[in-house]
Amino acid sequence: MTPFKPVLLEAVGVPDGHSIASYKARGGYAPLEKTLAEKQPVDVVEMVKASGLRGRGGAGFSTGLKWTFLPKDHPGPIYLCVNADESEPGTFNNRILMEDDPHQVIEGIILSSYATRASTAYIYLRYEYPHSWHRLQGAIDEAYAAGYLGKNIRGTSFSLDIYLHRGAAAYICGEETGLIESLEGKRAWPRIKPPFPAIEGLFRKPTVVNNIETMACVAQIARRGVEWFKSIGVPADPNNPRDPGSYGPKLYCLSGHVEKPGCYEAPLGITARQLIDQFGGGVWKGRKAKAVIPGGISMGLMTESELDTPLDFAGPGKVGCLGLGTAAVVVIDDQTSIVDFLHNSCRFFAHESCGQCTPCREGTSWSLRMLERIKAGKGRLKDLDILLELGQTMGMMPGSTICGLADGAAWPIKNAIKKFRGEFEDHIKRTNPSGWMVTDPVPALQIVGAH
Amino acid sequence: MPVVIVDGQEIEIGADERLNCIEAARRAGKEIPHYCWHPGLSVVASCRMCLIETGQRDGATGKITMVPKLVPGCQTPVKDGTVIVTESQLVKDSRARVEEALLIDHPIDCPICDKAGECLLQDYHFEHGQPERRADLHPFTSRKRDVGPTVTLFVDRCIMCTRCVRFTREVSGTGELMVTSRGAKEEIDVFPGFPLDNKLAGNVVDLCPVGALGDKDFLYQQRVWFLKREANVCGGCSAGCSIHTEHNQDTVYRLKPRENPHVNKWWICDDGRYGWHHLHDPARLLAAGRRATVARGHDAAAGVFETVEWADVVTRLRADLKAAGRLAVAVSPMLTVEEAWMLCAVARSIDPEAFLAVGHVPVTGEDQAFPGGFTIRAEKCPNRLGVEAVVALFDPQSRTWGDLVAHVEAGNADAAWITAGYPAPWIDDATAGSFGGLSQLVVQDLFDSPLAARATWRLPAAGFAERAGTWVNVAHRAQVFEQAIRPPAGVWPEGRLLWNMLGRRGLYDPVAVRQQIAGSAAAFAALAGDLPATGIDLRLQQLATS
Repeated sequence: MTPFKPVLLEAVGVPDGHSIASYKARGGYAPLEKTLAEKQPVDVVEMVKASGLRGRGGAGFSTGLKWTFLPKDHPGPIYLCVNADESEPGTFNNRILMEDDPHQVIEGIILSSYATRASTAYIYLRYEYPHSWHRLQGAIDEAYAAGYLGKNIRGTSFSLDIYLHRGAAAYICGEETGLIESLEGKRAWPRIKPPFPAIEGLFRKPTVVNNIETMACVAQIARRGVEWFKSIGVPADPNNPRDPGSYGPKLYCLSGHVEKPGCYEAPLGITARQLIDQFGGGVWKGRKAKAVIPGGISMGLMTESELDTPLDFAGPGKVGCLGLGTAAVVVIDDQTSIVDFLHNSCRFFAHESCGQCTPCREGTSWSLRMLERIKAGKGRLKDLDILLELGQTMGMMPGSTICGLADGAAWPIKNAIKKFRGEFEDHIKRTNPSGWMVTDPVPALQIVGAH
Repeated sequence: MPVVIVDGQEIEIGADERLNCIEAARRAGKEIPHYCWHPGLSVVASCRMCLIETGQRDGATGKITMVPKLVPGCQTPVKDGTVIVTESQLVKDSRARVEEALLIDHPIDCPICDKAGECLLQDYHFEHGQPERRADLHPFTSRKRDVGPTVTLFVDRCIMCTRCVRFTREVSGTGELMVTSRGAKEEIDVFPGFPLDNKLAGNVVDLCPVGALGDKDFLYQQRVWFLKREANVCGGCSAGCSIHTEHNQDTVYRLKPRENPHVNKWWICDDGRYGWHHLHDPARLLAAGRRATVARGHDAAAGVFETVEWADVVTRLRADLKAAGRLAVAVSPMLTVEEAWMLCAVARSIDPEAFLAVGHVPVTGEDQAFPGGFTIRAEKCPNRLGVEAVVALFDPQSRTWGDLVAHVEAGNADAAWITAGYPAPWIDDATAGSFGGLSQLVVQDLFDSPLAARATWRLPAAGFAERAGTWVNVAHRAQVFEQAIRPPAGVWPEGRLLWNMLGRRGLYDPVAVRQQIAGSAAAFAALAGDLPATGIDLRLQQLATS
């Protein structure tokens, strides 16, 4: 592999790298000025489409294609919402970008707004990022002062205002329609689709929701060109017409039981083993990995033998995971109980389920309570079947919920039980030697005698 | 015409109809279970009970392509060629799982729950649920708290369909109810200091598919399976909302809205909902009375009322009025069209020159309109338009209550027959005093009043659920309704008395009277034959027949 020079992270370690002066010295904002002077919005859309950029927020949908879903010649306002509600466990790449190179993000937002003809952009920032908040607001103020934001930017007819909105700490606000509801001042209950946000989104107007890292990629594509972007990553699989390929650099968040956790930039398609060994310095304390989360907890689990899977948009799906997600790789070493892992995962999703759809609201809570029972030494083998059934039936993919939160809750359950069933069974038999085989239904009127 | 295929059965729908799968399947006789969807509220598709399989039949080839996952029936519109599958194993399993999930946090306290017997959670569990409880959890708490002066929330019974929350936001426009907390800890609540207190609040209890919201007025008064219901019309105001009167053994226990797209949609106001208590008020007049010693200038103290048997009332009342001379009659807007018509006919048979006027029309405040299109009318009587039209058949001068009072004050009448039947006090002492000089004063009312105190004949009136007949609401919609309960012992409804005074034989038959009116008066031609349960617009029919 040829040595890879970080692009998205080039400001990291640069003194004062977050300032506008430093950013311009690295070539920033020049592509924006050039674009505004020479290109039409549709040219920017075509450029992003040609680059094959796929959204970095988790779903991996083509960014250029998303922009073309906006109605043509819409008379009213169009909004751009930038999703910085980075709440997926293990994920912190947006934070690095916002804290160390906010102008790269802002330039991407300006370019994207120009392309989508939005004159108002909202950044929905998660509450727990006060440092990002200060850095971003400072950068927005600098951009206004330098004339990159406001009315008639650089003498053109294009105007843009960016509002930085701080959320109130809920995972569901990262779902795009939940984010829109929250931004409107409502409870962040994801909306039913259709209509999709591109037709009816924020304040019932056409809206695009993009991730912070996607914005940074747009800025880099404008600066370095489509060819540069397409030279990185994994090309489309010629045998799969539905695979648009995974191009460009990606920020991988490596955490868990590794020697050197951190946010590392690598070409899309690096394998988990390469990431752990080359960047992370291997599994900590000389141990072996038991399992690895490929892209945030909701993507499921890869076993040690699956670590050579390339971490591109298509890779984790081939080993039964949900997808690449946010590319937050969490390593679990061989001395960690997978029961503990699943308990923690279920606790997270039971806490964060918005409570709108019955299968997710009750399913996440029930799975947590089953895991609590198992951990308390009262598990039965039957519980594993119920957990698996829950995992297979809740979510947007079987159609039982409105948004993907339940899919994210289901995948760790499914993967953990399918790939580590033996460990669960051992745990249940060891901790509940007298009751592990019970299959009786629960007597509903057991407590009547208490009255 | 677009064709929809429901479980293999092809049904046609209207070309302009915008139906969802639940509505389309209902046309085919298939019930898709649902909690959160309600035709009068926005679609949230959150309960996931209505998940079904759908597909699309290609018009040219007839090939059916199915959607590879379950979709909510409430959120999915149908069009030509839509295929709906409501009974596949996938759908059945999904329903069983939703039922199971809803019961995980439900106290299952049906024996002490007032909703039992009309609870969708119960019904659906029997029909779609699974027999075995797999969740090894005992969440058996049953917390309750007041959310407003009329509504109690049983927190743990709630299944979070949010119908009530949407109602207060979209229909009443008051927005008191909200969802607090997250996930399985979610609850319906109000903001401290802002209780659920609006004129439409009672509808949230009707909307609640489970026993979470309880109406304090009805709570623990009667098991719902003992109740019988009669299609009725609310007499509280001139809106004339379609209702069901729910009763047992001649006692009303509650009123429920009856769906009528032309009048009240799915709602009624709390004034109407709780406006039946006067029916069982012990202060009601319960016997026909004739003043024993009739003295000129009679006041409350002069003479006592002696009870007269109804069979005697029929003859003696006519004789008394005939003897008195010039008659003036107030036709109450609480009467039905049939009763009003018979009253006018009786009056004219006693005195061919009898002065006929529409009775007192009570008005309170102003019309109150809500964002959801519901209006509470200021005019607190159900049939002013109907009575006006009837009186106009006999006397085209359209006289009002004020005209009648002036007529009596001017000394142009020797006797007056005032029908009233108002649930609230309606006449002051001064106005009643104007009637003091009459030789005969017949007052027919629910309660004693300054006017009744001056009467020579004091007759009890029937309440709204005790009559049968036709009312015409503020929008000229005529609605026919049946008698729900018998009046208290000793009370003849006005119609029965008048029927007998007209010399008709047998039991009072409002249908016969209605057909007679419809056949003789163009204004009521629309009332001929059987009428739909939602009523008929008298004006439209007049245009059509003219």
